Amino acid sequence: MADAILSLQALNAHYGDFQALYGVNLTVNPGEVVAVIGANGAGKTTMLRSIAGLLRNAPEAIRWKGHLIGALRADQVAALGIALVPEGRLLFPSLSVEENLVIGGQLGRKGPWSLQRVYDLFPILKERRLQQSTSLSGGQQQMVAIGRALMANPDLVLMDEISLGLAPVIIRQIYEALPGIVGEGLTAVIVEQDIAKALSVSQRVYCLQEGRVSLEGQSQTVPRDDITRAYFGV
Amino acid sequence: MSLSVTRRTRLSTAWLIVLVPIVLLLIAAPWWAGRADLRLMGEIALYMSLAVLWNLLAGYAGLVSVGQQAYVGFGGYLFFALTMLAGLHPYAALPLVVLAGFVISAPVAVLIFRLRGAYFAIGTWVVAEVFRLSFAQMASLGGGSGTSLSPDIVRSLAEGRDAREAVAWWLALGAGMLVIGTVVWLLRSRQGVALTAIRDNELAARSLGIDIWRTKFTVYVVVSGLTALIGALIFLQKLRISPDAAFSANDWTAFVIFIVVIGGIGTLEGPILGTLVFFALRETLADLGTLYLIALGVVAIVIMLFAPRGLWGFLRDRWGLELFPLSRRVSGLAKKEA
Amino acid sequence: MDWLNAILQGTLLGGLYALFAAGLSLIFGVMRLVNIAHGDLIVLSAYIALSFGVSLGLNPLVALLLVVPTMALIGYALQRLILNRTMGEDLLPPLLVTFGLSVILQNVLLMGYSADPQNLQAGAIETASVTLGPLAVGVMPVMVFVTAVVVIAALQWMFYRTALGRAFRATSDRQDVAQLMGLNRAHIFGLAMALSLAVTALAGVFLGIRTAFDPAAGGARLIFGFEAVIIGGLGNLWGTLAGGVILGVAQTIGAKIDPGYQILAGHIVFLIILALRPRGLFPRIDG
Repeated sequence: MADAILSLQALNAHYGDFQALYGVNLTVNPGEVVAVIGANGAGKTTMLRSIAGLLRNAPEAIRWKGHLIGALRADQVAALGIALVPEGRLLFPSLSVEENLVIGGQLGRKGPWSLQRVYDLFPILKERRLQQSTSLSGGQQQMVAIGRALMANPDLVLMDEISLGLAPVIIRQIYEALPGIVGEGLTAVIVEQDIAKALSVSQRVYCLQEGRVSLEGQSQTVPRDDITRAYFGV
Repeated sequence: MSLSVTRRTRLSTAWLIVLVPIVLLLIAAPWWAGRADLRLMGEIALYMSLAVLWNLLAGYAGLVSVGQQAYVGFGGYLFFALTMLAGLHPYAALPLVVLAGFVISAPVAVLIFRLRGAYFAIGTWVVAEVFRLSFAQMASLGGGSGTSLSPDIVRSLAEGRDAREAVAWWLALGAGMLVIGTVVWLLRSRQGVALTAIRDNELAARSLGIDIWRTKFTVYVVVSGLTALIGALIFLQKLRISPDAAFSANDWTAFVIFIVVIGGIGTLEGPILGTLVFFALRETLADLGTLYLIALGVVAIVIMLFAPRGLWGFLRDRWGLELFPLSRRVSGLAKKEA
Repeated sequence: MDWLNAILQGTLLGGLYALFAAGLSLIFGVMRLVNIAHGDLIVLSAYIALSFGVSLGLNPLVALLLVVPTMALIGYALQRLILNRTMGEDLLPPLLVTFGLSVILQNVLLMGYSADPQNLQAGAIETASVTLGPLAVGVMPVMVFVTAVVVIAALQWMFYRTALGRAFRATSDRQDVAQLMGLNRAHIFGLAMALSLAVTALAGVFLGIRTAFDPAAGGARLIFGFEAVIIGGLGNLWGTLAGGVILGVAQTIGAKIDPGYQILAGHIVFLIILALRPRGLFPRIDG
């Protein structure tokens, strides 16, 4: 616990009167890939948005490298080295592909990622670099969204449903690129509905059910029956 | 097991009982109020009407106009034209003013409804400017310097000055009651349900099949016709009209907006309360001149930032008050569950 | 030849209207805010230049070096302290707050400077003119027009070629995602308003040199700027210049027919264009 880089302690989240998260505890160790799985509406996206600062919280609910960041704004969280690949990609339509990537790095944090390295990872983006981001296919847009987050040279990247709505061949392509991304000592939290995919790339897994953590374990050893129970609550 | 939906609250019922003697007392005002007080009360009634109308437009239909002076001035000028140029009796001219307000505002609505949100607001101002500049071109109505209502038309209202003051008051009071009655009726009708739905969530309202354009159009036209009537009465009281006075953005829009914001936008009681507060402030602080206007602007901004539902919203949140039976309440639910 | 002259003068006047409009267009583009006090801020700039002229003896064109940063500062403070609190889904708060601001500004100016019309004295340049064949063209109006072209070109460049412009466009697209990129929305909005009022400062000083102004002169300027924006097409800066020129020409031709028709002719052309082309003459092609 002491060496955790990120820890959530009794994290709650509300949308008006609706409570989406109930006292979620979660830890992420440096260099680790943590998968978060759960059914629709379990609170996975809400949890990532809370960490990224899009939903405000009590300061002590989220601890990052010793800082209490629960109450910080998203731009302050970004400056501390946390990047989010949001669900639905959410590129900037009036920016070109390259501008979308450049703006990801506009805080100027030092690190291995540059425009060139993103283009090496996803060569198709270099061909399309001057196009409007909205003219790309869904898979290419997802590459831009991932590249945009990497351009920030974050210490932690949060990926929300990066395979959602994409063709299987594209999903495979993106997941094949993933080891090259997290191999740099980057820490990652991956939210995914595809349980097999999530387990294959992660070391540890959490399952959320109706806003509560229903399971925590090692991705390779956790029994499938436990996952089924934690996922569907049967 | 008897589940019933009602709009009445105990307070609103009590209020209706109190309302009757109040109205009777107001009708009898010429016998108990002095001439100056009567004039002030007339002015209050007319401002209250403008505020209630603007609130219906902005607070319920989401049509934030900063150009309602277009219809105040239009009504005033048309009243002068109908009586002085066409020779109509004032009582015959007044309903015609309302009709003309409906007729002229319909094409205006078609045109400026093309502008969204805040741009709609400035569009209404352009229309008011077009009205002002057009009436300033009419030599028969005094052009840029304006004209006075001729004495024989004033005399045709009633014999003697006191009687005329009384008539002017009754007209103002009647117009005020007509306006409030129309707005209550409109809000309780199907249109009112549609309006509330639009106010709360335009997208959801659209998906429920509510014709938003038509609902807003109806509100705009009704409000504009009645605003023209109020304009006619304002300048009947003043006896003199000029383009700058008739189409004054300060007098007929700025003050009215401040009244509604201070009283509470989006409630029927808010503008009424706001008018009373506005006149109380004016009667005590008007000597301050420009400082008074600055203070009014500051108060309106502070209220918009920190208590956007205004004075009435504050009171209502605190005590759940509602004088006009507008919102529906379900009673008998607890019994049913038990 | 009189008509040709009217068209030329109207075109040059359009440059001034484009300056009224550019600031309005900018903040609408970045944060969907329509500032009802925009015209009063134009007039405020003229009064600030007047005060610098009186106290420091500066020519208003030199005073611009002070008025522009002053207005930019006012803009940043106004946005951060007041207007940012009103930004959200609901259109009513920003509209009513800027409306209140408009009334406050007018009356503060009335208290400080009285209702007497004022003029900014720029010296010999005001009356200087060059003859182009049969036409005489004032140096000042040409300077204003050229300034408008330069300002719009600079804004265009800023928007599409600089990091600030990228941040403006990203924030305009998706405020929360822009925040994820480390952009502080409150600060970005503050910068947009600062830039808007910097342009407003130019507009105000040129207005004050061209005509007499008083504390109530703002409303008409807001309307002219707004008409130029709508005629040109929302979100299109070059369109805004074209809109200003169309409005200016309509006014000078109207005035040629009858001096009383000057302003009215502009409004009528605006309403006709609104009726025929509700999205303006040069709408932006959205992706």
